[in-house]
Order: sequence, then structure tokens, then C-alpha cells
Amino acid sequence: MSKRVPKDVYEKTRSYKFKQWLAGTKDPFLDTVEMKPQKEFHESEKLIHEHELQHERIVEKAYDLEHNAQIRLFRKIYNIFSVIFCLCLVFILLVGVSYLPKYGHEENPVNNEVSARYIEQGLQETGAVNIVTGMILDYRAFDTLGESHVLFLATCTVLILLRRDKKKYQETADHNDRIYEPKNDVILQTVARVLVPFIEIFGMYVILGGHLGPGGGFSGGAICGAGLILYLNAFGFAKTEQFFTGKTYKCMCFGALACYSLAKTYSFFTGANHIESVIPLGTPGAILSSGLILILDICVGFVVAGTMYTFYVMFRKGGY
Amino acid sequence: MELFFDLLLIFLLVCAVAVSLSKNLLNSIIVYMSFSLIMSVIWILLESPDLAITEAAVGAGVTSILFIITLKKIHAIVKEKDEDRLLDGNGGDTEQIQEERHE
Repeated sequence: MSKRVPKDVYEKTRSYKFKQWLAGTKDPFLDTVEMKPQKEFHESEKLIHEHELQHERIVEKAYDLEHNAQIRLFRKIYNIFSVIFCLCLVFILLVGVSYLPKYGHEENPVNNEVSARYIEQGLQETGAVNIVTGMILDYRAFDTLGESHVLFLATCTVLILLRRDKKKYQETADHNDRIYEPKNDVILQTVARVLVPFIEIFGMYVILGGHLGPGGGFSGGAICGAGLILYLNAFGFAKTEQFFTGKTYKCMCFGALACYSLAKTYSFFTGANHIESVIPLGTPGAILSSGLILILDICVGFVVAGTMYTFYVMFRKGGY
Repeated sequence: MELFFDLLLIFLLVCAVAVSLSKNLLNSIIVYMSFSLIMSVIWILLESPDLAITEAAVGAGVTSILFIITLKKIHAIVKEKDEDRLLDGNGGDTEQIQEERHE
């Protein structure tokens, strides 16, 4: 049997206050905290003038090399110490290098059973002709997943640091961007019109042929991104916005990372000790072979290409 | 081949020193680009073409472009006066500028 609580008692309980606070009807800081609206800071012209004078005086004193013996002494000591520091660093690094085993020597610690296994069994187990790709996208796929996420995080950081508020800074952003926008540069546009398709196709070739020859997701994606940057430089934002916006990047990056994670979750879940996946390995050397590696390569390529392009756009304009 | 490799290494050293000693920031970026390019050739000679492609695309391409953009953003790239006039079209008389240069 529940007890009926009178209203004024209930209003004093914490749950009531919490509910009110959640609903936003009551401000918990009302009447309890003293709050004054901050005054806007206005610097008078006199003050500005004074500051400028002070700054000039400081600069004069600080850079007065002829009369200030202390600064001259400091500069000399600074130069000497910087040279000594550099030499010490070089010496330490060279000593470190001299302890390294000889390059390509037989008995190096690198040549252990792990690399022997990669070289001997790699083709059978991963189906990739290119051992490097087989290593980074099959044996060590977990590392590559982390790397892709690091790239994504880097883009997020750049977005946080450089992104401009769209409504507030639209005009200034456009104004800033006009400095970099080439005004219908004929040479650049002609070169871009010829080169960009080839660059893109080469990038796709490098991505898709990652398991057959040198290349892979990262390098191919970087080439694709560089091609996109060239296109943007030649034709401006009006053209690239038609197919690549912030939303495109979000979808692309998220889709690729999710695809990668899902594709590898199965193998991680089963302990990652048996490397077989659902997709058959196929004949080594064919384009559709080596199981998951091709899909993972494409995912990494998408992430890297988007990242490169987004970096450029953020640095240049601070928004798509 | 040995000689070629040594030459490349010497170039690499020269580039590395030149980057740090150059006063002009744009120059040091361009030298840095050539450093990356030489490095990518060295990667090929060390039999790792995977790295060479990545180095050429990222080191010599994208990173340098980002550097240049940053320089432009902080107004570190200053146009020369003559170029400025040529671009603006005010007194874009090439001969006149050349005369001034001779003076």
C-alpha cells in the first residue's frame, strides 16, 4: 500500500527537483547563485595607443643589439649551445645506428620463424601474391584497422580545429578562399582535364591490384586524393561540390570503416587463429582472389582518399 | 648501381641540410618535396615499391600542398613587387619593369 504524499512535501524531494530540471521548467541555480551578466570589453582608443607605444618600446629595447650587451651575450651563448646540442644529438644517433645489425645480413634478428612463415606459407594462407599486402591486411589486419581509425581521428581533429561555423563565417571563408581560387587558369585546367582521369584510374589500379603487385589501399587512396585535389584546384569548389560534400565524406568513411570492422569481426571473434574467411581464396594471381584482402583494400582506399581530400579542403576553406 | 645509390644518399643529405638552413619557407618546402622524391627512389632501390608509391603520393604530393596552403594562410608567401603589378594589370608593361630591373 502506497502512502499518498502531500504536494508541498513532494515538491521538496530530490526526485521532483530532478524531474523539473530535466524538463527544463526550473533552473536549479535560480536564487541560489549570484549571477551578473558580463560586461562587454571595450578598449578605448587611448588605451590602444598606450599599448602600441608600450609594445614599440619593448621591441626597441629587446632588439637593440648595439647597446644591449646582455642580449648580445645571450645570442652568442645561444648559438654555441644550439650547435653543441645538435652535435650531441647527431653523435647519439650515429652511435645508435652503429649498433644496428648489418643491412640484409643473414643472422639478423628480423630473420626469425615469423618472417620465414610469412614467406613460405603466405601465398597459400592468404592467397595474395604480394606478401606485404598479405601481411598487413591478413596476418596483421587488426593493426591496419587501427591505422584507418587513426586517420579518421586525424580528420576529426582537423575538423574540430579548422572548421568554420557556416552561417557566421560564410563570407570570410569565401573571401579567404578567393585568394587561392585560380581565375580560370587555362594551363592548369587543360592539364587537369587530361591528367585527372589518368590519375584516378591509376589510383584505382593501385588499390585493386594491391594483392597482385606493389600498392594497396593506402598508396592508392593517397593517389586518388591527390587527383581530387588537383581537380579542385583547377575547377574550384563549384564543380567538386556536385559530387563530394561533407555528407559524402561522412558516408564514405563511416561505410568503409564499418565494412572493414564487420568483415574482420568474424575472424577476430573466432580468435583470429585460423585465417580462413567465408570468401574463398581463389587462384593466386587472379584479380578476384585472396579472399577478404581485396575488400579491405578498397575500404582502406576510400578512407585514405577521403581523408586526403578533406585535409586539403579544411586547410583551404574550413568547410566544404 | 652502387655509385648511383651513394649519389642519391648524398643528395638526401644535401636536401636535409638545405631545408633547415634555407631562410625562405617556400624554398624549404620545395626542397622538402625533392627530399621525398629522392627518398621514394631510394625505397625502390631498397626493393620496397609499396613504400615508394606511398612516399611519392603522400610525402611529395599531399603533405607539401598542405604546407604551402598553410604558408599562404599565415601570409608567409609574399609576392615580389614586379609580379604583383603584372598580375594586377597596373603598369603591366613588361619592358618598363625590365628597365627598372636594369637600373
